[in-house]
Amino acid sequence: MKFKGNAWKFGADVDTDAIVPARYLNTSDPAELAKHCMEDSTNPDFMKKMKRGDIIVAEKNFGCGSSREHAPIAIKAAGVSCVVAKSFARIFYRNCFNMGLPIFESVEAVDGIKAGDQIEVDGDAGVVRNLTTNKAFTISPVPPFMQELIEAGGLMAYTKKKAGL
Amino acid sequence: MPMTITEKILAAHCGKKEVKPGELINAKLDLVLANDITAPISIKEFRAAGAKKVFDSDRIALIPDHFAPNKDIASAEQCNLLRRFSREHDLSLYFEVGRMGIEHALLPEQGIVAPGDVVIGADSHTCTYGALGAFSTGVGSTDVAAAMITGEAWFKVPESMKFIYKGKLGKWVGGKDIILRTIGDIGVDGALYRAMEFTGEVIKKLPMYGRLTICNMAIEAGGKNGIIEPDDITEKYAAKRARRKYKFYKSDRKANYVDVREYELTGMEPQVACPHLPENVKPVSLLAAVNIDQSVVGSCTNGRIEDMREAARVIKGHEVHPYVRMIVIPATQAIYKQCIKEGLVDIFIDAGAAFSTPTCGPCLGGHMGILASGERAIATTNRNFVGRMGHPTSEVYLSNPAIAAASAVLGRIGRPEELK
Repeated sequence: MKFKGNAWKFGADVDTDAIVPARYLNTSDPAELAKHCMEDSTNPDFMKKMKRGDIIVAEKNFGCGSSREHAPIAIKAAGVSCVVAKSFARIFYRNCFNMGLPIFESVEAVDGIKAGDQIEVDGDAGVVRNLTTNKAFTISPVPPFMQELIEAGGLMAYTKKKAGL
Repeated sequence: MPMTITEKILAAHCGKKEVKPGELINAKLDLVLANDITAPISIKEFRAAGAKKVFDSDRIALIPDHFAPNKDIASAEQCNLLRRFSREHDLSLYFEVGRMGIEHALLPEQGIVAPGDVVIGADSHTCTYGALGAFSTGVGSTDVAAAMITGEAWFKVPESMKFIYKGKLGKWVGGKDIILRTIGDIGVDGALYRAMEFTGEVIKKLPMYGRLTICNMAIEAGGKNGIIEPDDITEKYAAKRARRKYKFYKSDRKANYVDVREYELTGMEPQVACPHLPENVKPVSLLAAVNIDQSVVGSCTNGRIEDMREAARVIKGHEVHPYVRMIVIPATQAIYKQCIKEGLVDIFIDAGAAFSTPTCGPCLGGHMGILASGERAIATTNRNFVGRMGHPTSEVYLSNPAIAAASAVLGRIGRPEELK
């Protein structure tokens, strides 16, 4: 899994209300939700300015707060290729692996990336390269069970197989 | 090997003699729940997988509580998805408007969750039921979709943190203040991925409603679950409500905790979480200069009859400040009726407060009390991130019911003692 794009930086404790405000939760349509991605965050113009493939880079505890799966759905549908953060909130982490938004943990990578840097994330090699500053960082390996979920195609595909559907 | 209560419950539900933190397990679920904003995704995923049957039509609870009674057409469509799916699959635990309540108040009240259970819910405050001595945790909609098919969920066994509360609670200080103090201490990710086990002499004496409040907010510290060992208080509560057999688990004396924290609560003031993080906690006396526009008493955190009584006791004989709107929302129909019976509704209305049918409503910025730009609310709810209750420039302060009621009268954040 390799991703390349411009980095959008966010601070600590970005909660799912910031990612998708509750006023938009009367729908679960990914395209609709994507329009409002990060609307109540520190970058409310995110959807006006981002390009497909861009990468969200955030401080600790990304995705905290509400369990709303609408949050990773919106991020993925907006065209963000992956999220790199120092740490992820638990339910958000689960949701990402379940529905297929690639996420990676790395303290040093987040510290070594500024807004607008061109970066490349190599999930298999476990490396993030900042192409703007020419520096490389390691990312925490994806736990084996989470790898299984990704390889299966997400939790529902995994469950289908297990349940013989 | 000695185990914590969380480890014991998980071990029992995956058929193992013992489990260790870090271990991956597949647990059988006693209950799966979702609401009107999370179930639509679950239902879509369930159908897309080609599933034809739910694992058990008596163990899936679908509750329209967030944007219900239907907030708008789109929300009405979402509620219809739940309604139709429940009929199609003959779900006994679908609760229609007029017969529902806020999920995390309704389910314990109705004995649908019980001590020793493993429960997952597509709602972050599913951790509430740990107050009954159950393992209960929030998950996403897709987890619930998979669980509706298999009746199981995967978990990584969490490490446990122990929180010991000592001393004596002052007047107007209760479960909400205890958990706010704790989150203020460890931060919004201080318990990330961990089980929060709440104990100590204060907890042992704390009535069930206070325990439910505490466990409700375990998620605000990033906790996987919050849990309180069951005891006589639990037995009294469960015995007259539980719809099925239940089991008490207790932590072994020599069980391992990754962190143990003690709090001396004697002399602690009521606590208030300030914008825009639940960890931004201050004692109420420091906030007397903060004017408010709205006061909300309700939610899965503090919408129970004891919370209603506390707010009523404070506001009785007083009037809501002319610049404030106060909105009181009992969490279930039974609590609503009890409020009428005890004369609390008269007290609220005579004071100039609005009294509403059960709903999550304003807590998540849904309806029934949204904030305009620059407005400020004090609320007995559980989160105060940017935009939580309305406009992104609005502000939310979190408190217990007594403080929310006193503040409604004063027009600023304040204490019952300040009301003449």
